[in-house]
Amino acid sequence: MHPTAAGPILTVRGLEKSYNKLRVIKGVDLDLHRGEVLAIIGPSGSGKSTLIRCLNLLEIPTAGEIAYEGRRVENRFKSRGGNIGCGELRRHVGMVFQHFNLFPHKTVLQNICEGPVAVLKEPREAVEERAMELLGKVGLLDKRDAYPNHLSGGQKQRVAIARALAMRPDVLLLDEVTSALDPELVGEVLQVIRLLANDGMTMAIVTHEMSFAADVADRVAFIDGGQIAELGTADSVIRNPASERLKSFLSRFNA
Amino acid sequence: MPYKWDFSTVLQYWDLFAWGLWLTFAYTLGSILIGVVIGLVICFGRLSPFRVINGLARAYQEVFRCTPLLVQLMWFYYALPLLIGVTIENYVAAMLTLSLYAGSFYSEIFRGGILSIEKGQTEAAKAIAMSDRQVMWRIIIPQAFKRVLPSFINQSVIQFKNTSLISVISVGELAYMAAVVNGQTYRPLEAFSVVALLYFVVLFPMTQAADYVEHRMRVSD
Repeated sequence: MHPTAAGPILTVRGLEKSYNKLRVIKGVDLDLHRGEVLAIIGPSGSGKSTLIRCLNLLEIPTAGEIAYEGRRVENRFKSRGGNIGCGELRRHVGMVFQHFNLFPHKTVLQNICEGPVAVLKEPREAVEERAMELLGKVGLLDKRDAYPNHLSGGQKQRVAIARALAMRPDVLLLDEVTSALDPELVGEVLQVIRLLANDGMTMAIVTHEMSFAADVADRVAFIDGGQIAELGTADSVIRNPASERLKSFLSRFNA
Repeated sequence: MPYKWDFSTVLQYWDLFAWGLWLTFAYTLGSILIGVVIGLVICFGRLSPFRVINGLARAYQEVFRCTPLLVQLMWFYYALPLLIGVTIENYVAAMLTLSLYAGSFYSEIFRGGILSIEKGQTEAAKAIAMSDRQVMWRIIIPQAFKRVLPSFINQSVIQFKNTSLISVISVGELAYMAAVVNGQTYRPLEAFSVVALLYFVVLFPMTQAADYVEHRMRVSD
C-alpha cells in the first residue's frame, strides 16, 4: 500500500480495538479522500466513536494500521523516520467532541487561540486576527470575551469548531457534535458544518442526524458490531439500504 | 471566691508573645512553602505510570499521614541522630518534620484536584496537539488550582496550629512562650488565654477567606 499525494489522506487497514476481552472494533478498512465528507452511522455501542477516536490516536488501536498521507501513524508523540507521531498527526487532524470540552478557565477567544499560539508557536496578533475571522464565520463575534459557561450548547459547539479550525487542519473529525444539544440548537451547528463542507473541508462525521448525513456526506459508512457493514454513496446507503439490519436501523429515524 | 483576672502581669511579657508569634509565622510559612514543593513532587509521583515511583510516593504519604506529628517530631529530633550519628538542631528538626508532614497532606489535595478535572479537558487539549506537559500545565493545573484552593487553605490553617507541637523540642514559638510566661508569672489562665486569642485572631480571617473563595468559585462556575 503506497498511496501517492493524489491518494487518500487517511487510510485505515485492519483496525482493531479491544478493551481487555471486549472487542469494540473488529477489523476496519477505510479510506478518507481529500475534500471528502464521510458520515459514519450506526446503532449506539457499534463502535463509531471508538473508530473516529482512533483516527487521531485518542484511542490506541490494538491492531491494524493507520496512515496519514501515506506515512504510517505511530503510537508516540514525536514523529520518527518516515512515520508520523500523534503530536504531528493532531496538527493536521482536528476533532470536535460531543460535549464540547471547551476550556472553562479561558475566554472564547483564548480557547480558539490556545492551539496556534501554544502548540504551533504562531504570533498572537496573527492568530487573534484569524480567530476573529473564524468567530465571524460561526456567527459569534460578540462572544469573543465570554467564558464558555455563559454560552448555550449550540454556541459552545460553534466555538469548539472554531477552536479546531484555528489549527488549520486538513481533516476534521466530528464525534456526535449535535447529540448533547437541545433540539432547537442543532440547526445552527449543522449549518456551520454545511458551510465547511461547501468550502471543501475533509471531514469524518459520526452522527445520528440521518437527513443531514444524506444531504452533506459524499459517502456513508454503516457500522454494526464493530465492522463496516455497508459503505457507499449517501444515496445507496441511506436511501437504498441493502441489508435488513440497516433498513431496521434507518426505520427508527423516519418517525 | 471567684477568680480574679489579671492580665497586667502576663502582658509585661508581650515581647515574648510577639517573638513567639513571629516564629509561629515563620515555621508555618516556611513549612507551607517547602510542603507545597514536596506535595507537588509526591503528587506527580502518585500520578506516574511507573510502578516503583508510584509505590515510593505512596509509601511516603502513608508513613507521614498515619503517624502523629508529635511522634514524628520526636523521632527526627531524638531518634534519627542516633541512627545517622549526627545531632540535628531542634529548629532543623522542626522545619523538616513540619514540611514533610504538610507535604504528605498537600500531595493528596493536589492529586484529588488534578483527578477531578474531566477527562474531556485532556482529550480536547490533546486534540489540538498539545504534549502531555502542556496539557498538564496549561489546561489541567490552572483548573485544579482553583478547585483545591479551599482545601489548601484549610490544610494550611491546620498547619499553623500544628506548629504549636514543636514546643516539645523547645522551639520558642507561640505555645512555648505561653509556658514560659506561665513559669514566670504563675498565671496560667491569663497566659494560655492570651495565646489562644492570638491563634484565633490570626486564623479566623483565614477560615473566612476559605469560605469566601469557595463561595465565589461556586458562583463563577
